[in-house]
Amino acid sequence: MSRRTTLPPSLALLPFLGFLTIFLLIPTVTVVVGAFQEGGEFSTANIEALFSEAALRTLWNSVLLSASTAVIGAVFGSLLAYIVVMASPTSLFRRSVTSMASVLAQFGGVTLAFAFIATLGFSGVVTELLRDTVNLDIFGTGWLFGLPGLILVYTYFQIPLMVIVFLPALEGLRPQWREAAVNLGATGWQYWTQVAIPLLRPAFLGATLLLFANAFAAYATAAALVSQGNPIVPLLIRAALTSEILLGRQNLAFALAFQMIIVVAVVMTAYALLVRRTSRWLR
Amino acid sequence: MTSTPTWRVTRALLLVLYGLFFIVPLYAMLDFSTRSTQGGRTGEAWADLVRDPTLSSAIITSLLLALFTVLGMLLLLLPTMIWVRMRVPGATRLIEFLCLLPLTIPALVIVVGMRNVYTWVNYLVSDSVYTLTFVYVVLVLPYAYRAIDAALGSLDVVTLAEAARSLGAGWLTVIARIIVPNVWSGVLAAAFISIALVMGEFTIASLTNYENLQVVINFLGKSAARTSVAASLAVLVFVFVLLMALSYVGRGRRGAERS
Repeated sequence: MSRRTTLPPSLALLPFLGFLTIFLLIPTVTVVVGAFQEGGEFSTANIEALFSEAALRTLWNSVLLSASTAVIGAVFGSLLAYIVVMASPTSLFRRSVTSMASVLAQFGGVTLAFAFIATLGFSGVVTELLRDTVNLDIFGTGWLFGLPGLILVYTYFQIPLMVIVFLPALEGLRPQWREAAVNLGATGWQYWTQVAIPLLRPAFLGATLLLFANAFAAYATAAALVSQGNPIVPLLIRAALTSEILLGRQNLAFALAFQMIIVVAVVMTAYALLVRRTSRWLR
Repeated sequence: MTSTPTWRVTRALLLVLYGLFFIVPLYAMLDFSTRSTQGGRTGEAWADLVRDPTLSSAIITSLLLALFTVLGMLLLLLPTMIWVRMRVPGATRLIEFLCLLPLTIPALVIVVGMRNVYTWVNYLVSDSVYTLTFVYVVLVLPYAYRAIDAALGSLDVVTLAEAARSLGAGWLTVIARIIVPNVWSGVLAAAFISIALVMGEFTIASLTNYENLQVVINFLGKSAARTSVAASLAVLVFVFVLLMALSYVGRGRRGAERS
């Protein structure tokens, strides 16, 4: 046998690592570095601009939107997941709801905005129906195209996402635990408040955080729905990218994107910690 | 579990409310896109999908982008993941972390930071819309990774590889003819979810001024609302069918695993 120089097997990972460095890590580093620069030099001006009144108001709107849709999605999503989990795992009902939920959770963007414009817009189907039948003007002054509209529209993908994320935890609640509790004399109420809810709480909170991050970073739906003003952070980033100079800062887009990384990273880390806690009993 | 009459009524009522909330917007799209300005029904907006040159070319652009993304993703990810399982198990954590990273770094952040990289891409490769493939591969990575990882997990890659090697197969043969045919369901699932994501992608294309399907649909929304709603619904149905098929592919595999 001839001896030949053998390359270490890890060398074969280079194309993958190189690709991700160029198209994921460098853009991320660019954002972080750019946030602390202005005109090619170190500056905290852009970070300070994040604390201006206009930027803070936008951040507050984004938090309000993400938190409210996360809570609404978590409550109604877990309720639907509970209804689903009561049905037999092989039933058509359960299979179709879980399939539908996995589709609708991915269903966002421009399509979703148009779906609601076709429903509740000025000449939307429901708007015209209510106008013709009970003479009610549900369109009003165009609330659909502002923050209240965004809350309604985001709920449409948040509820199905909650169903998908929370269903495994509900499925993991073993009937034996309920039987054990009942055998020890617990009422249904006691079982829920002292066994099931404490067990499910980390999973529920974790899923809510995931929903929050999901809404906070969503862009397409809002961009298609809201064409006037920049009520939330993703739209402020759009304005900063397209108009180059906003609030008098060139690198504001970097600072806003940096802010988004921080918020999402903090929320997702908390999510990962809560998931780890659930996985202790979930198999 | 308890199934009192009150609970059954409540459940039925809740399901009707959920059903209304999720089905009415979809029905509204169909109704809105087939309405005629003179009253009555018309298929004009739907005919525009093939008649309108901007729209039909955007459909082709997005389909091609989806195809290139799937090819790029498979070329980059599949050999790497198999190789890690076979030869460098120590890198499993690193690869997983990198693949799931795009979940924490939103597309919006990537688009803000990628201007430098794309200046070079446009200079060295081309400035066509299809260069979006590169960043789309990153975008679909977490979902594709999970699909392929689940399929690989149900397989004893190391033993299979050793068996094939001892019979004289080279590494390429092992990957292409032994491992890949065994993880076909995972590959299919990864491809489906990638197509679905690319067909719906708007954020990156619109902020880099490229015209993919969603950008054109959004643009048409201002001039030809009915056409854009028809196109939205068409894409939705397409993606719906893909993801439904995906949920059956996944189920078939899991079922086989259990038996």
